[in-house]
Amino acid sequence: MMTTQTSPEAIDFYVRETHHDGEEHHHEPGTLLGFWIYLMSDCLIFGTLFATYAVLGRNFAAGPSPADLFEIDMILVSTFMLLFSSITYGFSVLRMHKGDLRGTQLWLIVTGLFGLAFLGLEIKEFTHLWHVGATPMASAFLSSFYTLVGTHGLHVTAGCIWLFVLLAQLQIHGITRENKRRVMCLSMFWHFLDLIWIGVFSFVYLAGVTV
Amino acid sequence: MAGEALAHVDYSRWDPIFGKLGWDIFPFYEPVVLATFIGVVIGGMALLGALTYFRLWGYLWKEWFTSIDHKKIGIMYMVLALVMLVRGFADALLMRVQQAWAASGGTGYLDSHHYDQIFTAHGMIMIFFVAMPFVTGFMNYVMPLQIGARDVAFPFLNNFSFWLTTSGAILVMISLFVGEFSTAGWLAYPPLSGLEFSPSVGVDYYIWALQIAGIGTTLSGINLIVTIVKMRAPGMDYMKMPVFCWTTLCTNILIVATFPILTATLALLTADRYLGTHFFTSDMGGSPMMYVNLIWIWGHPEVYILTLPVFGIFSEVVPTFTGKRLFGYTSMVYATAVIMILSYLVWLHHFFTMGAGADVNSFFGITTMVISIPTGAKLFNWLFTLYKGRIRFEVPMLWTIGFMLTFVIGGMTGVLLAVPPADYVLHNSLFLIAHFHNVIIGGVVFGVFAGISYWFPKAFGFKLDPFWGKVSFWCWLVGFYLAFMPLYVLGLMGVTRRLSQFEDTIYAGYFITALLGALLIACGIGAFLLQLFVSIRNREKLKDTTGDPWGTGRTLEWATSSPPPYYNFAFTPKVHQIDAWWHMKKAGYVRPTEGFEPIHMPKYTGTGVILTIFITGMGFALVWHIWWLALVTFILALAYGIDHTFNYKRDYYVQPDEVAAIEGERTKLLSSGGNA
Repeated sequence: MMTTQTSPEAIDFYVRETHHDGEEHHHEPGTLLGFWIYLMSDCLIFGTLFATYAVLGRNFAAGPSPADLFEIDMILVSTFMLLFSSITYGFSVLRMHKGDLRGTQLWLIVTGLFGLAFLGLEIKEFTHLWHVGATPMASAFLSSFYTLVGTHGLHVTAGCIWLFVLLAQLQIHGITRENKRRVMCLSMFWHFLDLIWIGVFSFVYLAGVTV
Repeated sequence: MAGEALAHVDYSRWDPIFGKLGWDIFPFYEPVVLATFIGVVIGGMALLGALTYFRLWGYLWKEWFTSIDHKKIGIMYMVLALVMLVRGFADALLMRVQQAWAASGGTGYLDSHHYDQIFTAHGMIMIFFVAMPFVTGFMNYVMPLQIGARDVAFPFLNNFSFWLTTSGAILVMISLFVGEFSTAGWLAYPPLSGLEFSPSVGVDYYIWALQIAGIGTTLSGINLIVTIVKMRAPGMDYMKMPVFCWTTLCTNILIVATFPILTATLALLTADRYLGTHFFTSDMGGSPMMYVNLIWIWGHPEVYILTLPVFGIFSEVVPTFTGKRLFGYTSMVYATAVIMILSYLVWLHHFFTMGAGADVNSFFGITTMVISIPTGAKLFNWLFTLYKGRIRFEVPMLWTIGFMLTFVIGGMTGVLLAVPPADYVLHNSLFLIAHFHNVIIGGVVFGVFAGISYWFPKAFGFKLDPFWGKVSFWCWLVGFYLAFMPLYVLGLMGVTRRLSQFEDTIYAGYFITALLGALLIACGIGAFLLQLFVSIRNREKLKDTTGDPWGTGRTLEWATSSPPPYYNFAFTPKVHQIDAWWHMKKAGYVRPTEGFEPIHMPKYTGTGVILTIFITGMGFALVWHIWWLALVTFILALAYGIDHTFNYKRDYYVQPDEVAAIEGERTKLLSSGGNA
């Protein structure tokens, strides 16, 4: 097999592929790295929105200010919804590594329910604000507030849709290499949204009601 | 006249079925648009007819549109860019004629509303749908070959990115005949681009075209970074990568780190226009300067997203045509990385007149000037590579020398503009226009043509005809100087940009010279198209049988056949030095002709095209406020995208006998042809 290599210094210029251990490993770290880079790009979108809120967040245009609007107790509840969902997602991943399909799916469902609860509370908050006249059109502060919080909410919505699609795929194919990769990607996405929410909670809500 | 044109369509109307559409949206009252429309219809019918007559639709669909081969996608990017170059250049000619006419005492043939659309479209198209697809095409085609990979990390995503870019281009082209385009300049500064001052659909076309294409660009950026990080051939450390791969890496890092800002900023402008929010309005606490800051935090790195890859191209061309290794490889890499970082720290130099104060302006002025240091280092490296080299003045080398001379002038006027007090005088003048065309034509466009003539034989298996290449080069070079040197003078005389009327005929001579330059550039584009035609006709004579048509190729893309087989390399190369192919040639590498093994490859898919059809429909619906259609196309795209994730069988193995057959053909070609 190696006789074709006739270089005088016998330098090996190409690889004989032993593809038994090859191809599957090839793509997995690539996908996780790629997804991680995507998350960083998404982080920049939030960065832009945070910056916009930082610049415009005090421009009340004679309208309401954070202290007039935010009900910090409700926000605290929804924060815990999201924090718990990150923990339950962690449980799901642990079950997956143990090869327990039912356990994985069950914890994913619990995670999804926490996510939906968070969204429900956010919709409730937005409708309440809208009713008292604090619409996104009322001032630059409210424009940037709705956009920042709403973009996070849209991400959670997308995460929930993805989560339920993934449940179906787990049901069809079981815990395969591809599905494991997908669960890990959604896991990164989910924890990332949690992290962004910590930022929103601190810089928008806590800072808003303490000033 | 502007008011008259505006009054043609009432954009405040809305119908639940048709949105803002109506029978009066076709701007055929403009003779120029009508003539173009007739031309496009006749040309388009001829093209579609020919495709149908020669039964090419199936071929195009099966071999190109659904292809996830990075080489084919790269070529499709180049074709898109060429088509859009013709469109963008037509806009340039229209403006040159108008200005020369108006400066000579007439009023010209374009009313100001139409003129505003033309300069907006020209700028936006040239950056997003000409320069970007050109450099993305090069990065797609060349980089995987240079690192010895068989494809990019995410081949389907690559196809989808390409189609998203095309979708944006299609929306811009639609705006030519359906409704109108933005009049707010290529970066759509508010409050001019806000609803109050731009009530038509023009800015909406701008927003959705950019938004869709921009997401494609971000995805492509992620893809190419992962490809470089994860898929380099064994032995190729970062410091053994070809410089073009380094510039590709830095470019894509810039893309991923800036395009999201564009996405977010455009989304906020969209909210202002569609929902009535107050981010960038002049009232209710909004701040137009916030937009200007954000758009340039993306916009300045964007300049380097365009120039870094062409620096990479020149770094490949110079060693090949001097027969020497690149001088100062390490410093080239560091210079690229430093430019990448510094490009984030200069955005405010685009609006020194905002009034941020002397300290802020000094900071940004100095960082801007500092960028000329790594750029200068690059130029010296190329010069020292030329020094005592065996220089062959083939077409790619001509473009490179033309670049080195022209770009330095552009760089120097850039440093001049970086001095805030000087900028207060020169900003918004034709001096600035001359400066950035000097660096973009003299840098990016020349680099693109150098790259096309350099890698064309690799992509298609035959060289481009050198005579017409030289004609094209000289027309472009002389045309550029004629077209833009007068603009420097006009800028110093105080002429501001974006003017369609002049009261004083003192400028006539300069504007007529500039028009002559633009016409000469038109000859350059014509010569290039003729060069393609002549070369295809003489392809047997120009054929490359070796895979290394210039004879002095140094990097791995020259190690495989021209054009490369779809799997690129029958065996993954092993790398020991910088300039791996040069090393292989010197060490007496013998091409393996047996012992092939199955190759793992991805399958073609039409998902990217179909998703893009839905997304383009959604973009159009959003432009015209047809909410039901936007919702339907969005749901279709979402459902189809989710459906795609249920497909787990996306790859296959190329069997060894097929590889052996393809490689056997090449063995025959190599023994038959000798040197091309």
